[in-house]
Amino acid sequence: MAVTRNADAVAPVRSGGPLSTWFTRHVSTAIASLGRIARQPVASFLIILVIAVTLALPAAISVVVKNARAISGSWENVLDFSVYLKQGVSVSEAEGLARLLSQRADVDSVELITADEALADFKQASGFGDALDQLPDNPLPHTLVVRPGPGNTSASLILLHEEIGNLPEAELVQVDTEWVQRFHAVLDIVRQAIAIGSALLGMAIIVIIGNTIRLDIENRRDEIEVTKLIGASNAFVRRPFLWTGFWYGTGGGLLALGLVYYGLYLLKEPVARLTGLYQSQVTVASLSLTESAAIVGIAVFLGLTGSWFTAARHMRKIEPR
Amino acid sequence: MIQIENVTKRYPGGQEALAGLDLSIETGEMVFVTGHSGAGKSTLLKLIALIERPSTGQVVVDGQNTRRVKRRRIPAYRRQIGMVFQDHKLLYDRRVFDNVALPLIIAGVSHRDAGRRVRAALDQVGLLHKEKQSPETLSAGEQQRVGIARAIVTRPKLLIADEPTGNLDPDLSLEVMRIFRRFNEVGVTLLIASHDISLIDRLGCRRIALEDGRLQEEETDPWL
Repeated sequence: MAVTRNADAVAPVRSGGPLSTWFTRHVSTAIASLGRIARQPVASFLIILVIAVTLALPAAISVVVKNARAISGSWENVLDFSVYLKQGVSVSEAEGLARLLSQRADVDSVELITADEALADFKQASGFGDALDQLPDNPLPHTLVVRPGPGNTSASLILLHEEIGNLPEAELVQVDTEWVQRFHAVLDIVRQAIAIGSALLGMAIIVIIGNTIRLDIENRRDEIEVTKLIGASNAFVRRPFLWTGFWYGTGGGLLALGLVYYGLYLLKEPVARLTGLYQSQVTVASLSLTESAAIVGIAVFLGLTGSWFTAARHMRKIEPR
Repeated sequence: MIQIENVTKRYPGGQEALAGLDLSIETGEMVFVTGHSGAGKSTLLKLIALIERPSTGQVVVDGQNTRRVKRRRIPAYRRQIGMVFQDHKLLYDRRVFDNVALPLIIAGVSHRDAGRRVRAALDQVGLLHKEKQSPETLSAGEQQRVGIARAIVTRPKLLIADEPTGNLDPDLSLEVMRIFRRFNEVGVTLLIASHDISLIDRLGCRRIALEDGRLQEEETDPWL
């Protein structure tokens, strides 16, 4: 009777290999753990709710930031650069420059407004027609209206701005995007703050789940002792608690998704009203499938981590006497 | 099956539960350990089950020196021994069937095989018809028989029992002992701690008496 491993310790096991046994054992443990959670609906729900709220908070802020970025990004794209060319640049040179710029990948289109066209426009619009006729020369420069391509980021726009400004023909590049850039900088800070905050909240979830599992272990101390007494390994007695952590994580993650989706649903109406006032078509972006899966995945990971640490630490301490 | 060589067990605080004990139990024997509480009966069983380790000396169970069984391997070691306890140590949130099946589940036996074996074990203790009940609904004697079924469901070669009849009246005690006797007849080695001298005398088995951690007397029934 040498010490043998698991299944070999007892007489022949006929049906099912070690893998299918391992699998069915896990399935039955998982179901049993779920049953245990279901038998204390209120307490379990509160734990899941805490996890869900903790996860939903950063997720919701992320969605808001994402939408703010999308909306401000659409503003940014409609902001054209007005490039005033130096006096003395000829119309053909200006046309050549317009063609050159329009070939850039980050530029959508370039429109040339010649000095004459500009003057004609100005005469018409200002009503100073007669006075302007008195001028010996046309004081206005040729102007290129550069519309950046939709794929630009705030950084690439700054670069484009600089490069156009450095052209020898360019006198002045005017663009009113500074506030958009500041807004983006703020959003970047918010995003970083969410990342830091999420890490802290993640740790909080690990602690919450760990503490719940610890109480669970204390309540089942006798059972663990008996099970170990008749030959259960630490891994065996740990297994149901890991599954409990898994279920808490799953429940918390799914409920967090529900909260975020419900919040977005509530916002849909007021946002539609607001954008209606501005006659713009803005749709509120929700969580993508990947992001939703990531939230649940993170929740499961946190649940398993919290239960693993606690179970591993306490299981070793509980030994039959 | 069991060789105990010059074993001393000293607990923190200095009290000696066993003092230089030598003992040998052959395969197929049914042996009773008697003595007052505190004489070292439970300690002896705990050393065999590796719940405790000896301070000095060695315990060899079926050729394995327990000193060489690493902590990690203790669960696998324990699975080879059937254990019966005075307080049954059943899990009261599970049915009788699940209690008896537990050692098989721990050992990784497939569900179909487990079901067959659990029923066989329950049949041997005469509780097949109660498999679906909760242990709480059973009498003390029946609960102990569930405990015995759990101990023998993995078909161990060695079964140790600590005061298995301690909480039972004489009739039920005799019945439990008869069950043990039947296992012994099919080759299981049994080591039973008990202070019920009159009962042991009726069974006529080898008897080891402990006093203050020492072997006091050893009587072998003349009929055997």
